[in-house]
Amino acid sequence: MFIPTAWKLGELEMNDIRVAVIRFPGSNCDLDTVYVLQRVLGVDARLVWHRDFKDDAWDAVIIPGGFSYGDYLRAGAIAARSPAMKHVREMAKEGKPVLGICNGFQILVESELLPGALLMNSTLKFICKWVTIRTETNRTAFTRSIPRGKLLKIPIAHIQGRYYIDEKSLRELEDNDQIVFRYVNDNGEVVEEANPNGSVSNIAGVCNLEGNVLGLMPHPERASERILSPFGTDHGKLIFESMIDYIRRYL
Amino acid sequence: MPTYIVEVLIENKPLARDPEGETIYRDLILRGGYDSVRSVRVGKLLRFEIESNSAEEAEKIAVKMCNDLRIYNPVVHTYRVEIRGTRNE
Repeated sequence: MFIPTAWKLGELEMNDIRVAVIRFPGSNCDLDTVYVLQRVLGVDARLVWHRDFKDDAWDAVIIPGGFSYGDYLRAGAIAARSPAMKHVREMAKEGKPVLGICNGFQILVESELLPGALLMNSTLKFICKWVTIRTETNRTAFTRSIPRGKLLKIPIAHIQGRYYIDEKSLRELEDNDQIVFRYVNDNGEVVEEANPNGSVSNIAGVCNLEGNVLGLMPHPERASERILSPFGTDHGKLIFESMIDYIRRYL
Repeated sequence: MPTYIVEVLIENKPLARDPEGETIYRDLILRGGYDSVRSVRVGKLLRFEIESNSAEEAEKIAVKMCNDLRIYNPVVHTYRVEIRGTRNE
């Protein structure tokens, strides 16, 4: 497997937290995710080919972005039926953190590890831009270190990101505190102009009942170093830092 | 054993907006002057060839497969299974 030589594991000082980043055919930003975990946060993160992924030996698992299996049938639908996802399901049951970014979110939804569905953007266009999201809850493994209401600058890059769920299930999500991020304007208000893709209730990310499985359309791994942000921010890092804090406390 | 042609048609539920259908309707059909058309919904068609002893059994296999493998997404889709005869060898 190709890993740039500068990242050879021996050269890094890493802590004892082990995180797997699963690569499916068509994944992208998988190396970015490994890079952020290793280089920015010092986590022992490894890229794992989906056929080789087992649930033992990992503290957390991240399903990266991209277009697994070419988005055939529906984004995430084919990867959701892979043996790797059986192992992800086991980790979710054990309470370990499971993060799905973009295509990873689509895979978690298609696996029924998260509720709802992700449909074609209402504009029918691929949207690649920085947006502002509001942290709606800090009871999850990935937002425990982020104050509720905190605005995060973070990029999106997707064409099937319109979160859909029926009204009754939406109320359940709200009652159970499962809406984790919403698209907002710079004042932190949930308004239609801030909704890039037509998502129900401006939803950008949701979690399971227990709060250890999170899926979000924005890419935190592209927003974890100040040099990469047009705003000089590194808000994506907060999500990974929360995960590390959760692992240290509970696993 | 005969081979049945089984079509599965997947559509968004009426409540889930279909921006592709809306665009085709607004920017193609209405602009093209077909004022009598009232709406368009876009779906996906999968045509299977299934070996089985009867049309009923072929349909049963298709329904089970659609649910087991989540060929359609019950959160947002409806689906319809139709037998389109047998394949001519």
